[in-house]
Amino acid sequence: MSLEAKELGFGYRRKPVLEGINLTVRAGERVGLAAPSGRGKTTLCKLLAGYMRPNCGSVLLDGKPLPQKGYCPVQMIWQHPELALDPRMRLGDALAEAGADGDGRLLDALQIQPAWLSRFPRELSGGELQRFCIARALCKPVRFVLCDEISAMLDLVTQAQLWDFLLREAAQRQLGLLIVSHDAALLKRLCTRIEHI
Amino acid sequence: MKKYINNRQATCALLALSALLLLAVLVAGLLLNERAMATDFSRRDLAPCAAFPFGTDWMGRDMLARTLAGLSLSIRIGLLTAAVSAVLALLLGAAAGGFGRKADAAVSWLTDLLLGIPHILLVLLISLACGRGLWGVVAGVSLSHWPSLARVIRGEIIQLRQAPYVLTATKLGVSRLQVARRHMLPHVLPQFVTGLVLQFPHAILHEASITFLGFGLSAEQPAIGVILSESMRYLTTGRWWLALFPGLALIGVVLLFAGIGDRLGRLLDPAGIHA
Repeated sequence: MSLEAKELGFGYRRKPVLEGINLTVRAGERVGLAAPSGRGKTTLCKLLAGYMRPNCGSVLLDGKPLPQKGYCPVQMIWQHPELALDPRMRLGDALAEAGADGDGRLLDALQIQPAWLSRFPRELSGGELQRFCIARALCKPVRFVLCDEISAMLDLVTQAQLWDFLLREAAQRQLGLLIVSHDAALLKRLCTRIEHI
Repeated sequence: MKKYINNRQATCALLALSALLLLAVLVAGLLLNERAMATDFSRRDLAPCAAFPFGTDWMGRDMLARTLAGLSLSIRIGLLTAAVSAVLALLLGAAAGGFGRKADAAVSWLTDLLLGIPHILLVLLISLACGRGLWGVVAGVSLSHWPSLARVIRGEIIQLRQAPYVLTATKLGVSRLQVARRHMLPHVLPQFVTGLVLQFPHAILHEASITFLGFGLSAEQPAIGVILSESMRYLTTGRWWLALFPGLALIGVVLLFAGIGDRLGRLLDPAGIHA
């Protein structure tokens, strides 16, 4: 089980952003991705999760291209939870749309309070919203989770809580994680392997 | 202890009050239609008094009844034309935003074309082409008012299609139809409703102005435009009430509609919880 980028190339208009990227994430692995701003970390995540198509090269899940339709087992957690949740949809509905089952295990583990479910995204803080984004990504049988700077805007306690949960969940379900961050210390602490682009 | 009502409830109450007032004008105008037409030369050219608060004209017609009947007609025409043009805008805007580049290019070209022609001229041309009268006015106003709202809806849909939450929903396996229903519709609908209500004042003013210019409703109908253009002839002879009160009433109705549109827009936005 692996998520693989092969000779990936991508550019916006004529400006190349990514060239010849090779990267493999196996199940159960936690790969850190470090690069200065503007190097295309987020772009790479979008390519790996199938949000955009590469100009050249390919993204392979177990040796096959990503599914174009329906559920994608590679899920990305976005850097800005405020933008990743529909401002006109109550958070409970957003989770239901992702297929959250009623057992509430994820909600408990992420310390999402039941009262939040009936609120709109504008009524919660960024850290609280990010918990919903993580829960949403983990609801269905996900295999690879791409974390694009998901804790940059959180305070240290919340960061520690979220990462602790994600690492346990990943170990338990044998998920492959790709962790993007500027924070070298964080990557060193979390990852089994660190790649630079 | 004083009982407070919150802003949202106050806005709702104001909204209901404005709507009720407009409805009252609509119904009163319908009921007073007979009286608005009745001529009586024994009471010609009366200045505003207790019996005739808006005065009477040179044929002894009650100006209050005439104004209400005219406003009622304007509101009815406004309702019809605003509804037609808003639905046109929704369909064309959705087609431009949701059905690929070619549809977008075609609709955008048409939008630019119509926006490029001076508005009043366009209404005149369509009204003339459709044979003037009531249906000419309705066609002219409803076929010329959709472009700006269509543009808003097109922009909204194009923006939504790139929104992270819409992209995420598709990757979570939500079908296109469900995405449109759950994520697009709740965003577009408030724009549509607000746009629809805000078309009213435009439609009413344009109806009145082309009627005033003589290209709209025929002279025997008690339309506000007809009243205003007839009163111009008598203004110089000192009969100020013929133009003043109908004009003020028209402004009042237009402002009421604009206020309703504005408040509705704020109520429909979850961020406007304190509207």
